[in-house]
Amino acid sequence: MPDCIYLHYTVPGDDFTRAGEASADLKLRLKKLGIPPEAVRKVSIALYEGEINLAIHAHGGEIDVQITDDAVCMTLSDQGPGIADIPLAMSEGYSTAPDEVRSLGFGAGMGLPNMKKYSDEFDIQSTVGVGTTIKMAVHVD
Amino acid sequence: MEQFTHSVMLDKQLCMGCINCIKRCPTEAIRVRDGKAHILKERCIDCGECIRICPHHAKKAITDPISILQNFEYTIALPPPSLYGQYNNLEEQDLLLEALLDMGFHGVFEVAKAAELVSDATRRLLQMGNIKRPVISSACPAVTKLIRVRFPQLIDHVLPLVAPIELAARLAKKDAMRKTGLAKEKIGCIFLTPCPAKVTATRAPVGSSHSEVDGAVAIKDIYPQLLASMKKITQVDYLASAGRIGLGWAESGGEAAGLVSTDSYLAADGIENVIRVLEDLEDEKYPDLEFVELNACAGGCVGGVLQVENPYIAKAKIKRMRRYVPVSKNHLSGSIPHEMLWDTDLTYEPVLELGRTRSERFARYSRMEEILGQLPGLDCGSCGAPTCAALAEDVVRGQANINDCTVLMRRRMEAVLRALGKDEGP
Ligand SMILES: Nc1ncnc2c1ncn2[C@@H]1O[C@H](COP(=O)(O)OP(=O)(O)O)[C@@H](O)[C@H]1O
Ligand code: SF4
Ligand code: SF4
Ligand SMILES: [Mg+2]
Repeated sequence: MPDCIYLHYTVPGDDFTRAGEASADLKLRLKKLGIPPEAVRKVSIALYEGEINLAIHAHGGEIDVQITDDAVCMTLSDQGPGIADIPLAMSEGYSTAPDEVRSLGFGAGMGLPNMKKYSDEFDIQSTVGVGTTIKMAVHVD
Repeated sequence: MEQFTHSVMLDKQLCMGCINCIKRCPTEAIRVRDGKAHILKERCIDCGECIRICPHHAKKAITDPISILQNFEYTIALPPPSLYGQYNNLEEQDLLLEALLDMGFHGVFEVAKAAELVSDATRRLLQMGNIKRPVISSACPAVTKLIRVRFPQLIDHVLPLVAPIELAARLAKKDAMRKTGLAKEKIGCIFLTPCPAKVTATRAPVGSSHSEVDGAVAIKDIYPQLLASMKKITQVDYLASAGRIGLGWAESGGEAAGLVSTDSYLAADGIENVIRVLEDLEDEKYPDLEFVELNACAGGCVGGVLQVENPYIAKAKIKRMRRYVPVSKNHLSGSIPHEMLWDTDLTYEPVLELGRTRSERFARYSRMEEILGQLPGLDCGSCGAPTCAALAEDVVRGQANINDCTVLMRRRMEAVLRALGKDEGP
């Protein structure tokens, strides 16, 4: 049995009608792999929020996924503006999303809190002017 | 009860192997092998899309012939509300119901009547609040099957009430037994079906261990005879027993509108739209919704593949007929009776999984990606699978061979010819 399955997705920054494609694709693959439904759901919600953030806050970015026997690990990296105050950004309801994004129903400020809530391991590193990297893992029992 | 019962079948004689259907199937359940289409029964949700698309009429729904009436001493017709949209100038339900009696049924029981009771029970369940939100309607069996094979996380959201057809059969049969004194087996409840999915639901009901529906005759099959009977009738009795809410179930949005108590609902119709909504629900994108109504057919049951009339015209006709009927004629008197509740839980059928054990699945997955890398990526369908990815998956499942790819084979041939040409060169 292969130790690990690797997947890579690029999230475009200019066309955020396409955000959500990576999480939808990953979801189907996880179902084929027989990952338990509850874990699939957590991955799918966490990754979806991450994808939206890459598209609306970071001009796009990259997603690397590793699926092993006991976890689905996701790394989201971008070279966007970075986040100055991470605890503030992580707080529920905080958002800097512009109005035109809000009018499409995004920007409720629940993305980062939900990414943390639905992942079993969560780490965020960010440098203003350089970019942001988020690592999430969902355990598979 | 067979685990994967379905009602859409192939007429081998008519099938030309043209591959028109394989791409249209929303669950990728069709393959063309040896020149003929095959339906993978564990994946088919009976949506009827392949019946709609097949230019050679090779896909059929397995329904019962009208002669099934002869199998019973006493027969009851169960007409769905969408049936009223099939005929011109139908002013009220009574004429059609009377015509069913004229045709040879001994009794009629409107499915719309049972639907009103289901609407009432749904209102109560929503008030009690112990089902996961949003609650998803269980009325369209193609949708519930889809949830079972592809959206396991949503199973707990499905409304645990028997569908109006099943309830109609249960109530009608009890009634008839009391009235006639006949044994249960002598009474036949015959549903007039708009679609193959509902035929399947009468054989393997959703959430119930057995069904009281004894047969399902396609609306298109009964249409001419029923029309002839309607023309003959001079005197009608007051037979109608359903109001506006029950009749509303014929079309998409009708069930949700019948809840009255909430306007926080969504109604989607057409299988592709339904899938999009289910994907979003699975990702919890609509946290504030109370109720979700989903119909596999565009327009709702009026759009069923066994109907006769154009669904939009049918809707207009029903709308006109609904004008002068009371809002609802049927209400529950006490609490929700047990015959309305499921006695069997919906279970996840992991038909998408690549193998039985996790190590088998991981190994097959890697092999599948390898094969996909070798395939041309044209999704042309000439191998008989809907996409290159589907062929790769079939290969690892042992159901196809990579050499089924005609493009790959041609490329190989050309390479061989080139190599030969070089060898023989001057
Ligand atoms: N990848 C990112 N790059 C830069 N800023 C980000 C990124 N992700 C999130 N943020 C900042 O954190 C805030 C909160 O994010 P989130 O909780 O997802 O809410 P929302 O996306 O609705 O604004 C965002 O408004 C944005 O200012
Ligand atoms: S559409 Fe499908 S069922 Fe119909 S003839 Fe073509 S291959 Fe056969
Ligand atoms: S009825 Fe629907 S699910 Fe079944 S084979 Fe035809 S298109 Fe596919
Ligand atoms: Mg966000």
